[in-house]
Amino acid sequence: MKKCYLGVDIGSISTKGVVIDESNKIIASEYLWTEGNPVCAVKRLVSILKSQVESDYVLKGIGTTGSARKLIGLMLGTKAVKNEITAHAVGTTSLYPDVRTILEIGGQDSKIILLNHGIITDYAMNTLCAAGTGAFLSSQAKRIGVDINEFGSMALESNNPVKIAARCTVFAESDLIHKAQSGYEIKDIVAGLCKSIVLNYLNNVGKGKKIKGPIIFQGGVSKNKGVVKYFKEVLGEDIIVDENSHLLGALGIAIISKKYETDKIYSFDVNDIKFVTKGQECSGCTNNCEILKIYKNDTLVDTWGNRCPRGVNN
Amino acid sequence: MHTISFPKMADYDVPALYLFRHVTDYKIIKPIINLNTMETGSKHSPDFVCAPFKYTLGTLINGLELGADILIQFGGGCRYGYYASLQEEILKDLGYKFKMYNLVTAGHTDIKRIYKIIKEIDPNIKLRRLIRYGIVAMKMVKYMDIIDNYIRENIGFEVVKGSFIKLKSKMLCDFSKCKGLIHLKRLYRKYKKEFRRIKIDKPKDYLKVGLIGELYTLMEENANYGLEYELARHGISITRFTNVTYLLLKKRKEVRKYLKKMKNIKYRLGADALDNIYHTEYLCKKGYDGIIHIKSSFCTPEIGAMPIINKIAKKYEVPVIFFSFDTNTSKVGVETRIEAFVDMIKMKRGM
Repeated sequence: MKKCYLGVDIGSISTKGVVIDESNKIIASEYLWTEGNPVCAVKRLVSILKSQVESDYVLKGIGTTGSARKLIGLMLGTKAVKNEITAHAVGTTSLYPDVRTILEIGGQDSKIILLNHGIITDYAMNTLCAAGTGAFLSSQAKRIGVDINEFGSMALESNNPVKIAARCTVFAESDLIHKAQSGYEIKDIVAGLCKSIVLNYLNNVGKGKKIKGPIIFQGGVSKNKGVVKYFKEVLGEDIIVDENSHLLGALGIAIISKKYETDKIYSFDVNDIKFVTKGQECSGCTNNCEILKIYKNDTLVDTWGNRCPRGVNN
Repeated sequence: MHTISFPKMADYDVPALYLFRHVTDYKIIKPIINLNTMETGSKHSPDFVCAPFKYTLGTLINGLELGADILIQFGGGCRYGYYASLQEEILKDLGYKFKMYNLVTAGHTDIKRIYKIIKEIDPNIKLRRLIRYGIVAMKMVKYMDIIDNYIRENIGFEVVKGSFIKLKSKMLCDFSKCKGLIHLKRLYRKYKKEFRRIKIDKPKDYLKVGLIGELYTLMEENANYGLEYELARHGISITRFTNVTYLLLKKRKEVRKYLKKMKNIKYRLGADALDNIYHTEYLCKKGYDGIIHIKSSFCTPEIGAMPIINKIAKKYEVPVIFFSFDTNTSKVGVETRIEAFVDMIKMKRGM
């Protein structure tokens, strides 16, 4: 029997999963849209992964990361629940041990991680606004009627990217409308958008950080060739984009899950788990906490959001 | 007969209520912050004002709804100094009938001025009672701060979860009922012993983190989404300098000392910016594992201090992260960043 480990990265836009063997080699992977329903997405993801894995593997560990990590961690019954930053760092250093800078742009958030000899020395995450993330790019792609998959290659065709404000999505959008209405070519606007993502990222997230090579760019947006091109241009350094750049978070958490390995054997069959979250405002005291109750197969497994010992626990 | 309401910050409503209850016959409303106060507060606030404005406005509206007609506000050394006047205008526009008093203007605590205002609020207040219970209230603040410092350093290592919080609420309850200075002192000694008796499991090489930043967001746990407890959950000892004792009694003297010691800084930078820069260097030299800087969004003095803090921390290679809070930051974001920060400092230590 060979051992394997499952890592699930549940992001706001997409859900990623990998299965690795004992030598950290990816033996199965899948990428699909979360569509606002992480429980459903993970059920689909795991059943697809199951069909990819040969039957002589036993699942010895599960790890979850991403914004829905806690919920899915409960659902899959695992303790290996870690934040995206650690997961990305672990996943990336397993492939590129001497990486110094990780640039990551995802659907709702973007982060920068600085490492030295495989140890995180500094990181930053976007705080207040979604400017310079995948969500902004895809909403603007829709506005100008370009398929998001063609966005990158279209940007590469342009030699004259338009200037778009990089500070804030609202300003960027009104800039964009203005440029479009004054008759610029679509490809120039697309290129301008890609550049504004880069500038916004470096101004907001990368502010005050010393970006040193080797630099690795990952997250969903790293698949956009236009953004990669402008990162190279602005930073004046080579940017490495791994072919699995969108899966590195999931890979990292799969590796982390090895540390939590016990005798327990997990199962790929999660389709029949009934998983419900109910929200409720507690009236125990003046705090009025919003309490979330998580039910697995109709039994209460956890409550979140409680700030005092008096909360609704039944 | 009037009713008094005032904004909430941390647990300091306990000594404030104690003082008011003993010097005046007016009804006093206990200030609260919950999801609703936050919502009403931000609904009636200008968009780009900092979060403490929204929280305090929400609390004051809640007080007015419960029948208050006298509001008390405090001004800080930054633009918070203007907040009382602005809030007064907003509340009047909303149609409430009340009188508003600002006890502390522009960060200056002028005792004579405060006494004059208090006399205006309630002419029946006797100076002797005011001094007597004022001293008790101040002592209460001091004792609370000492106990809080002890809790902050040790809560991450408690053996029985929740034992510190439980004892603290019991202590505050007893403090609010104390009869006078001697009784208060006795209570303090008793609780100090009891806190030391709480079982903790502190390893030798425990992780230490320093908290600095803007005062309201630092002190009010609703405003920083329980960041201290979140850190404690990961087994970390916390040091924080900012509390009311520091702001009222120590700050004036300390700032002069900081200006002398920090050769590159010639002026105070507004509010607590200089203090935070000095404390950054102090924490770095003391070998802390990390520094967390907290502010509400758009806090101008702290924005000015951040690059300097960054530079000092880089020099000593101490990791520092910055949190900006507004009314809509969800708790999940805080948890993620704290978790990553803790992972980072653990990795650095090789744990």
